[in-house]
Amino acid sequence: MSTLQLSGGSIPRLIRLFGIYLLLLFGAVLFTAPFLWMLSTSLKTPELVFTHPPQFIPNPVQFRNYMDGWQRLPFTRFTLNTVIITSHNAIMDTLVSAIVGFSFARLRAPGKDYLFVLVLATMMVPYEVTRVPLYILFSRLGWVNTLLPLMIPTWFGWPFFIFLLRQFFTTIPFDLDDAARMDGCHSFRIFVQILIPLSKPALAAVAIFSFVSNWNDFQGPLIYLSDLNQYTLALGLRMMQGGRFIFIHQVMAVSIVSVLPLLLIFFSAQRYFIRGVTLSGIKA
Amino acid sequence: MTNRERREALEFYLGISPWLIGLVCFTGGPILASLAISFTQWRLLSPPKWLGIQNYIDMFQDEGTRVSLGNTLFYTGLSVPLGLVTSLFVALLLNQRARGSTLFRTLFYLPTITSGVAMALLWLWLLNPEFGLINLALGLIGIKGPAWLQDPDWAKPALVLMSLWTIGTSMVIFLAGLQGMPQHLYDAAKIDGANQFREFWHVTIPMLTPTIFFVMVTSIIASFQTFTNVYVMTEGGPGWSTLMYGLYLYNNAFEYLRMGFASAMAWGLFLVILALTILQLLGARRWVYYEGGIRGRI
Repeated sequence: MSTLQLSGGSIPRLIRLFGIYLLLLFGAVLFTAPFLWMLSTSLKTPELVFTHPPQFIPNPVQFRNYMDGWQRLPFTRFTLNTVIITSHNAIMDTLVSAIVGFSFARLRAPGKDYLFVLVLATMMVPYEVTRVPLYILFSRLGWVNTLLPLMIPTWFGWPFFIFLLRQFFTTIPFDLDDAARMDGCHSFRIFVQILIPLSKPALAAVAIFSFVSNWNDFQGPLIYLSDLNQYTLALGLRMMQGGRFIFIHQVMAVSIVSVLPLLLIFFSAQRYFIRGVTLSGIKA
Repeated sequence: MTNRERREALEFYLGISPWLIGLVCFTGGPILASLAISFTQWRLLSPPKWLGIQNYIDMFQDEGTRVSLGNTLFYTGLSVPLGLVTSLFVALLLNQRARGSTLFRTLFYLPTITSGVAMALLWLWLLNPEFGLINLALGLIGIKGPAWLQDPDWAKPALVLMSLWTIGTSMVIFLAGLQGMPQHLYDAAKIDGANQFREFWHVTIPMLTPTIFFVMVTSIIASFQTFTNVYVMTEGGPGWSTLMYGLYLYNNAFEYLRMGFASAMAWGLFLVILALTILQLLGARRWVYYEGGIRGRI
């Protein structure tokens, strides 16, 4: 399968392998250096942050920055709000998109193909187009400055996830449905008892996708939330910036804490995530 | 229609009903509303005033739109090709299946998953002219780094540099494309005496063209939508040097409350995306024919 295979003996192979590792290591250093720099800054005393030449491994180590930074703003509240939004959205996105995707993949009905074209068409529309009308709609409903505009839309499925799951469901053999139908099963039971158990990786991919994009979302909260009590982590972090670098050690500390859940999820479910990205790429 | 068919159709419409409601209330309806708003002047406080296509004409004469479009094209023109080459190169390295390449894949993907305000703040610090890691590293090899985000000439290149850090998605898609390559083509190339370079140029690249095309189009679309980084890091400055299309659109809608103008800008963006997507679909059609020709019936 390898793309740059050499048919030569073992010595050129070793040299080649060495070259590959060298390049990979070099890349890994470049890609992880910002994170390490972040960690290093977050543990420094303010004086150490601004020294020439820089100290890469801080001495003394100041863990206090994490507590101090966290208390600068109501970050516990922000975390709670973020957790509420992201977990709700991950569950609803997965559940609703699965039901809709299942219907498109496995059920026969007149008009289905036209409706699916609509799913594909709405996938192309950038969120910028609906931003203004939705803002007006939500402000008329009195939802501005609540978490509702960031949560309720997930009750109706997201075209991209519907598409992704529909594609996945069509790869599962149809004989299973037919057999179940013969036995008098209705569609909902086929969905719950046959397709869900066989689709766990795809469902996990959607849930993680949803979680990560909601966790990182900035523009949505920025538009709809103005009360500090409703703020998400992204908005709180943005307040930490304020154009001042004096607290940069604390800013870095809070930033690290804010991405920790993402790292945890990624490391524990990396397989599913990569699979989801791959699935989304295959549609080309 | 038999009873069973009728029941299945009923179940289908029941199943998609959340999406249908959403289509009316949260996507389709707002899309039409947005189109209507784009023909009006509407500052929210007073009722909308019909303008016809005036917003679209203004868009071409508006200094801000022109500058933001120029900035976006500059940023896209640099970050997309560089990102493509970098991610393809990394994917090729990972595809060598050296031991531990999964670990490397994780490391390269990490910045993509954490992208958000936290990473914008981190890069603000990395790009600090005096104490940031980047200029410190440049200093080590004897280069005096620029003022990056504080210099109108270097602010956009700084954002391009940052974009190269988050190539994880393209990398994973390329990797999947490479792993799906039919081995027999390489075997055939080897029998014909092709060296590695020719193999790469005449087998890998042509077979990967649809993937490259897909990644390119989605990257261009994403770079037209750039928002969080510029909003947090520069607010479009210094001067207007990092005023991107997505940021200017947001400003029009939610800072200046020019809802009509912002909607016209959104439709401009939509048309760009539509054109790119159609190009992408046409490319994909060519590809299916191409691969079909080799593999026979799929």
